[in-house]
Order: sequence, then C-alpha cells, then structure tokens
Amino acid sequence: MREALEKIRSEALAAIAAAQESAALESLRVRYSGKKGELTGILKMMGKLSAEERPKMGQLANDVRTALEAAFTARAAELADRALAAQLKSEAVDVTVPAAPISVGHQHPLTIVINEVCTIFEAMGFETVEGPEVEYDYYNFEALNTPPNHPARDTQDTFYFSDNMLLRTQTSSVQVRTMEHRKPPIRVIAPGRVYRSDAVDATHSPLFHQIEGLLVDEGVTMADLKGALDVFAKGMFGARTATRFRPHHFPFTEPSAEMDVSCFACGGEGCRLCKGEGWIEILGCGMVHPNVLRGCSIDPEKYSGFAFGLGVERVALLRYKIDDMRLVYENDERFLRQF
Amino acid sequence: MKLSMNWLKSMTDVPAAPKEYIAAMTMSGSKVETLEYLGSEIENVVAGRLLSVESHADAAKLLICQVDVGGERPLQIVTGAHNVSAGDFVPVAVDGAKLPGGVEIRTGALRGVMSEGMLCSHQELGLTEHDIPNAPEHGILLLNDAEYGELTLGEDIRKVLGFDDWVVDFEITPNRPDCLSMIGLARESAATYDRSYTPPTPSVKAGAGKIGDYLTVKVDEPTLCPRYTARLVRNVKIAPSPKWMRDRLRAMGVRPINNIVDITNYVMLEYGQPMHAFDYTCLSDSRIIVRRAQTDEVFTTLDDQQRRLTSEMLVIADGVKPVAVAGVMGGANSEITQQTRDVVFESANFNGVSVRLTARALGMRTESSGRFEKGLDPRQTYAAVERACELVELLGAGDVCDGVIDVDFSDPDPRVLPLEWERINRFIGIDVPRETMVRYLTLLGFGIDGDRVTVPSWRGDVEQFSDLAEEVARFYGYDKIPTTLYAGETTFRRSPKLAFDDLLRRLSAAIGYNEIQTYSFINEKAYDKLRIPSDSPLRQVLIIKNPLSEDMRVMRTTPLASMAEVLARNANVKNPCARLYELTSLYFPVITDGKPDYTKLPEERQALTFGAYGEIDFYGIKAAVEGLAQALRMPALRYEASSDPSFHPGRCARVTVDGEELGIIGQLHPMAAQSFDLSVPAYIAALDVRVLMDKRGGITQYKPLPRFPATTRDLAVVCGEELPVGTLEDVIRTAVGEILESIRLFDIYRSPLLGAHKKSVAFSLTLRDPARTLTDTDADAAMSRAVAALEKIGATLRS
Repeated sequence: MREALEKIRSEALAAIAAAQESAALESLRVRYSGKKGELTGILKMMGKLSAEERPKMGQLANDVRTALEAAFTARAAELADRALAAQLKSEAVDVTVPAAPISVGHQHPLTIVINEVCTIFEAMGFETVEGPEVEYDYYNFEALNTPPNHPARDTQDTFYFSDNMLLRTQTSSVQVRTMEHRKPPIRVIAPGRVYRSDAVDATHSPLFHQIEGLLVDEGVTMADLKGALDVFAKGMFGARTATRFRPHHFPFTEPSAEMDVSCFACGGEGCRLCKGEGWIEILGCGMVHPNVLRGCSIDPEKYSGFAFGLGVERVALLRYKIDDMRLVYENDERFLRQF
Repeated sequence: MKLSMNWLKSMTDVPAAPKEYIAAMTMSGSKVETLEYLGSEIENVVAGRLLSVESHADAAKLLICQVDVGGERPLQIVTGAHNVSAGDFVPVAVDGAKLPGGVEIRTGALRGVMSEGMLCSHQELGLTEHDIPNAPEHGILLLNDAEYGELTLGEDIRKVLGFDDWVVDFEITPNRPDCLSMIGLARESAATYDRSYTPPTPSVKAGAGKIGDYLTVKVDEPTLCPRYTARLVRNVKIAPSPKWMRDRLRAMGVRPINNIVDITNYVMLEYGQPMHAFDYTCLSDSRIIVRRAQTDEVFTTLDDQQRRLTSEMLVIADGVKPVAVAGVMGGANSEITQQTRDVVFESANFNGVSVRLTARALGMRTESSGRFEKGLDPRQTYAAVERACELVELLGAGDVCDGVIDVDFSDPDPRVLPLEWERINRFIGIDVPRETMVRYLTLLGFGIDGDRVTVPSWRGDVEQFSDLAEEVARFYGYDKIPTTLYAGETTFRRSPKLAFDDLLRRLSAAIGYNEIQTYSFINEKAYDKLRIPSDSPLRQVLIIKNPLSEDMRVMRTTPLASMAEVLARNANVKNPCARLYELTSLYFPVITDGKPDYTKLPEERQALTFGAYGEIDFYGIKAAVEGLAQALRMPALRYEASSDPSFHPGRCARVTVDGEELGIIGQLHPMAAQSFDLSVPAYIAALDVRVLMDKRGGITQYKPLPRFPATTRDLAVVCGEELPVGTLEDVIRTAVGEILESIRLFDIYRSPLLGAHKKSVAFSLTLRDPARTLTDTDADAAMSRAVAALEKIGATLRS
C-alpha cells in the first residue's frame, strides 16, 4: 500500500508539473484527487489494514493528498498567470498609431484677448456691458465733448449713414449711454466693434475692436486710474510688467494720458517689437471730463471718475506676433487653429 | 510740428543731449514722433581753400587742385567742375567721407593722377537751389560769400551749411495750437526744465509814410474775423533771404522762396500765426474788406485752381474782388512776384469752425487753415505783424510805414479761474505744495494773484478746474503720481447677454467649430448671390454714405454672405474641410413709410452661424445644432422642410422651438455657392441668439434618478418615402404616452423587396414607469398602440 501511495504521489506530481492547460490540470485533479480518483480508491482499502498499520498509512495518505492539492493550486496559479500574460501580449497595441481625432474648435484671437481683458476687470468689480454699433452722432462725439466741426473729429474718419447717424468710431459712446441710465457708483467695461474709414492694409482695418472702461464715484483720483490700469497690465502681460503714463489729449478726459507697458518681448531692454524703445503703447485713458459728466447729469463737483480705451487688435497683433492685420479678418482655418 | 534745436536754444537753455530732451518733453506732455540729425548722412566733409588749380595733362576736362583743409599738407583733388579757381573756399569730401544717398568717397587715381577726395556741389550735399539761391546749377558750391562767415579750414561742413542741427517732430494734439510754434514749444521746454525763456520782443523803426494814407481795412463779419491786423511795407526789394533764415526754414521743413514769403513763413513758425502778404498795387481802391463771398463768385487761388465760392465762405476782398479765401489761401491776383514793390502784411484772427468748413468745402487743407481751425489766440496778431516788419528792416527788404491797422473785436478780458490747489491734490491723488503749483503755472504763463489764476490768452483749452489739474499733474510728473486701488461699492459680473455670448462661443468650440470674425458691412450684390427675392424685407438695409468700397457699403441683415465668403476662401486655398462659426450682429433698420429710417437707430440682432464643408452632410450640421441645443438644455427643436431660396430646396429646414422661429439650416443652394466661388457643397445653420437665450434651460431642478428598470423594444415599420421620420416619431410618442422615456432611430433601409418609393424605418424605444416595474404586458400594450397609430398614417409593421 505504501508503494501504491508513493507511486501515486510521484506520478501525479510529475503529471501536474507537465500539465500545460487548466483543462488538463482539472482532469488530473479528477483522476487523482476526485471522488472516484486513484487516491480515494486506495483510501478505500484502508479498512483492510491492521490497527497498527492504519494510522501510519492514514498519515501517509494525508501527506500525499496535501502535497497533491498544493501542487494543483500552485500549478493552477502558474497556468493562470501564463494565460493572462499570453492574453495581454496578444492585446498589445501600437501606441504610435495616430488617434481618431476629437475635434475641439478654437476661439478667434480677438475673442481670446477680449475675454482676458474683461475677466481681469471683472475681478476688479467692473461689469461688462455693451452698446450699439450704429450710433447717434451725439453719443459718439457731441456728448464726449467733441462738438460738430471740432478738429478732433479729423483724427477719426467716420462712416456716416446720415448727418446724425454713424458707425461708432470708439466704444466711448458706451460711457455716455451708461451714465445716462445709471448713477454712481459706476464701474463698467464695454468691449465691441468700432469703425473708421481707413483703407485695409497690414496695420489698418475699417473695423476693429476696442474695450472701454469707466469708473465714476465720489473721490476717484488719477492715482486710482493708474492703480487699476497697473493691475490690468500685470494681469494681462505678466506680473513683472511695468507701466508708464504719458500726458496726452482726448476731448472727453482731462487730464488725459497714454499708457505704455514694458515690452513683453524683451522686458524693456529694447527689441524689434518695441522698436528699441522698451515700451509699448497700449491704451489711452484719463479722468472723465467734467463736461461729459455734466452732460449726463452727474455733478462734477461731487463725483469724479476715470475712463480708458484699449485697442484689441493692437494687443492681439503684438502678443501673437501677427505681422498683418488682414489675417485676422481673412479667417483661414490654418490661421484660426493656431489659437 | 517740427522744432529745430538750434532755433530753440536761441530762446531757452535746455540740455544739449537731444535724446534726454525728447524723453523729458514726452513726459511733460509733448509727444515726440521722430528725432533726426540733419547732418546724419554727411561725414568727413570739411571746408577747404583751393591753393592752386591746374589742368590735367591727359584729360582736358579735369582739373587738379591743391586744397588746404587745415592739415599738415594740402590735399590733391581732381575735379571735373570748372567754376573753381585758386583762393575759392569749397566743401571738400576727404578720404572716407559719406554723402547723402549712401555715397562714399575714397582716395583713388583719376586718369593716372591721385585724387584724395572730392569737391562737392550743393546737390551732392543734399541741397537744392532754394536752399542755396546763388549756387551754380552745375559746379562746385563756393563758400566765398560773406554769409558763410569766417571759415576755419578743416571745419566740419555740417556746421557751415546748417546741417549741425537736431530736428524734433512733435505730435501736437488739436487742443494745443499754441504749440504749433517755436515760442509755444520754447515755453513748454523751459517749463519742463524749470527755466525761463526769452521770446522775441519786436521793435520796428518804420518811417516810410503813414499807413492810413495808403490803406483802409473794413471788417464786415466780426464773428468770423474777430481781429484783423495789417502793416504796409514800401519799396520792397524781393531777394533771397539770408542764410540763417534759410537754414532755419529748411530745418523746419519749409522751402525758402524769397525774403517776403520767407518772412511770413518764419513768423508763422515762430509765433504760430499764419501771415499773408498781398501785393499792394493789386488791391483795387486801396481797400481791404473782410466779407462773405458772393454765391458762385469764382476765384483763382495761389495754386492756380479756380474755386467756386459760396456765401458761407469768408474772403478778403479789395474794393472790387476777392484777393484771398480768409485763413485758407491767397489769390493769384495779388501774389508777391519779383516785380512787387509794396506789400501789405496781414496778421488776422479767423473763426476756426468757419475756416474749417470753408477749407473742407473747397477740398484744400492748408498749413494756414489747419492752424486756424484749432482756434488761435487773437492777442498774437499784433506781435506777429510787428515781428514781420522788424524782420523786413533786419533783412533790408523794404521800408516799413508808420502805424498799424488793427481792427479788433476780440474779447480782451482773459479767463480767470480759482486756484483750488487742495482740490487738485485730492483729484490727482498727490500732495503738492501750493507754491510748487504756482511755480508750474507761472512758468507756463499763467498769472497768479492770490487764489485767482489768469489764463494766458494762448491757452484757450484751459477752461476749468480739471484743465489746471492737468497742468499741475504733467509738470509734477505722471510717473510720480502714486498707484492706488479704488475701493467703493461694486458688482462683479458680466452682463447676462455677454455671458451668454461667451457660453455660445465655448459650446461652439466644444462641438468642433472655429470662430471667425467678418466685417459688419457687405456688398449689396450679396443679396442677389444669395438669391434673396427682390421684395424680401432682408433687402431693407442701411447704406453707408461714404463707404470705402462697394464691398463695404451696406450693413448686413443676413450672416450668410460673410460665412459663404469665408467658406469659399478656405476651400480655394485647398483646406480640405472647414468647421466655422460666427457670432454676428445684424442691423435691421427701423422701417418708416416702407423705407429704412435714417433718423432712428437700427435693431442690432445677433445671429450664431455655423458653416462647414468637407466630410459633412445635412445631418452633420444638424448634429452641431442639436449638440448646442442639448448643452443649452433647450426644449426639443423641430425641423420642417423649407424652401428658403438661399438653400438647396431638398436639403433645408426651418428650425423652431416651442413654436418660435429659431433659424434655418441646410445646404447652401448650388447656384448661390457658385456665385460665391464656392465649388464644394457647403452647409450652413443660422440661429437667432435671442431665441437661444430665451429658450435655454434655467437653473436645473433636479429629478430623482429612476428606481425601476427600463424595458427596451425595437419597432420597424415600412412606409412611403414621403412620410418624414419626424412624423413617425411624433405618432409613436403620442401613442405610447408618458412611459416612453426615449426613442432612437437606428436604421433606414430601402430595397426593391419593400417596393418602389418605400422605406423601412427602425426605432429602438426605451419604456419606463417611474413608479413601478413595467411588465411585459404593459410593454406589449404600448407597442400595440404604437403599431395601430402608425397604421393609420400608412406605416405598417415590417414582417
């Protein structure tokens, strides 16, 4: 009997080790350890043994069973690992094959700039509003301290529909519209299209975009104007951007200024972008002219405010190094997809 | 406005370094456009003296000169000019010299004779006969004349010829006509450096008889001509003006002509006061009358153009005829010529608006009109005419008569403002002592008396508190004003409309479309190209009176033309496909009596337009619209076949939502596409942004997730081709009722086996009852209802 058990052990272990598939292994389990298997068959003969032999043989039979079960489990795990490895190997992909595209559209560069500017001012408490593009002369000029035949009108060649209706030449018209129906505190920013009769070339377009800003309240100072625009410049062009304010003239602000920012290409050292100046002119601004306030029934003795206007195309062209404004309105997809 | 630094230095003492000067002027408010050194193109050209002049042995046309240029030995220079002789002073370009136009001079042999440079003509130095009136047309510029002064041999020729000067070109804003003058700029310069300046103080000897015996002046229009000042000069000797004056004029960009004309230009540059000189003998009746022109009066101006005048225009006339258009241009009939003997100098003040309108009506903007229209100081006419006469005497150009005719209607009282110095500090956000403010203002010519500020007559732009504040701020320095942030009450938001625009842009990008920006004005012919009927209300457009071109003439009422153009442009550069969108304004005029009303603002309505070609069909662009509607959580959109003439008649739908017109979608009509030079099928959807905004889902009210399982059933029916899928869906939806959670088309199949003009349409239905688990019986009953309803419209269950 001992021989029989040892024989089963050695035969079964060899067969388990040789099994190559889990199905074959399973049939070995049935053959050796199953209810009708060889080991069970031998154990059935235990009754014929002497009382002395029986525990010894019982012990041996148990050892064999344990050994076979361990071998089955181990081999099963091995075969499962091997099968998984084979499956994973067969499922391998070529990671360099290009993916089927998921096409996400692009926003126009002008929109990107407008959004950035508005977002910065919104964070400073400005509300973004808009006004009509076809405008009365009154809102575009007269209420902005630029009466008919004022020489300042020469600098803005205007498209007219009739004597008193035109395409606005500046978003400043929104200042007046805002102050007419709101009373201080006022804090608005107004992006939009403006029009001037300039023939199309690399730096001119009869249509372009401006962003107007206006803050009117009690005790607003020119220092506040500088502060707000300095925050804007740092938000727009980077935290290390410096600003420079130069006196200038606009009919609807007094004092007036132009703001330069330190060149965002060279940081102020002087380069091609800034024409060696180190500064780039970005916007016009000033303290709202008392005549404009009065025209909107806001008392300049009590209130003061500042306003500014920024050319969007100029910022977009400089920032993205676009050398021809026509590209912006040609809308070639190869251009649009770069933004 | 140009400024000669040499001329400036004769009036005030400013730092020598031009770059530092322009930086300081920029920061005090005079914007600099350019800075130029007049002699930048000339190098190593010096004054020399000819020691000897001999003929070249091998070339009769060449002369060999020994030239003393102040060096250890004379230079030998060969020249082809023959107007030179020993003892002449000449400009000598020595070895390594540079001349205008990039010419370089080197030592070299000419016909075997060494030449160590070149003798220069005035042309070679970049000068014209106007700059050097007595220069020979061909030949070397001779510097023998006394007006070149005592020459030092070897002296830099740029110093001799007035090229040693820096010229600053200022951008003068329209509010500061006083800065269109040397005196004005000297005042600003001096104030910038906290120094004084000395304007000229003209004094005239006169003595050639009384002006009153020769001339009378009458001003009929005091509001158009607040002041008219005149002096008479007799026995004029027309001649070139002296070199110093020519040099200054040339530096300022003005061509020298003759002494009398040059004096008027010189005074204009110096004082900013346009002057005019009349030939006295041409003035009929020895009178000057400032009056309105007669309607259709014809007049020939100095540029020999005939002008038809109107009664809106002011003229200077004699007893018979106009002799000048006031403030714009003189007449050919009284022009200064070589024969002129007696001259009337006019120094007048004209109304700016009147001059501006006249110049514009005549289509001639002159140096003079450009100045008058900004509003000049009436106080300056007297000093200017005095200065002109002083220069006449200085130049020996004639004999000045005694007396000045000065017809003055202008307001002599200066403007007085309170000096609210503390308020200025509060307004600017600075803390400048009162004395400092007083100093800034005094330097600029303001008079200070206690708390009263007298505004100088030339500062018409200073009208109120904020104007004084600006004067203080710019001389204190904008860069020294602190930066502070205003606190105060505020709202933080974007207007709902702009926030919605932004959302539309982001969603359009998310569904794969690229944003375009096109012009708001289009060519009226686009309406024909789009096959829009002649009686369509879309053709009621606003037309720009002064368009740049036909292509930019009418304000668009349709977004289709711009989109078609951009699609065509992309197709024509061979971009294989395009997915574009634009958020556009359309401009619908108010219609009065059946026509666009040009007195009322149009309605500006926004459209969201998708355009695409390449790898797309009708359902592709429909998917974009559906994706957008879904993202906006809109109610279901309805599509109804439409016959819009701009679109393919079989591939176009009107889109509605809740019964409201949302827009149109379809393939651009092949003929329309062709007229836009678009050779591929293009699909466009144009949606009304207001309707999108109105119909988008509001704040979500959460619905519980389903607790009971859904049952799915497929349903395939056969019907005629003409029956739209949408109708089948509607019928199923109604028949099944509330338990229909969703319906999805999954197949349309055509086959001869189905019969001609038949199709099989298959749907997958998801049924769910929120309150219980549906039984097979429930589902079967629902499907039977659907089948029965479909049969009624001629769709039978596919066997």
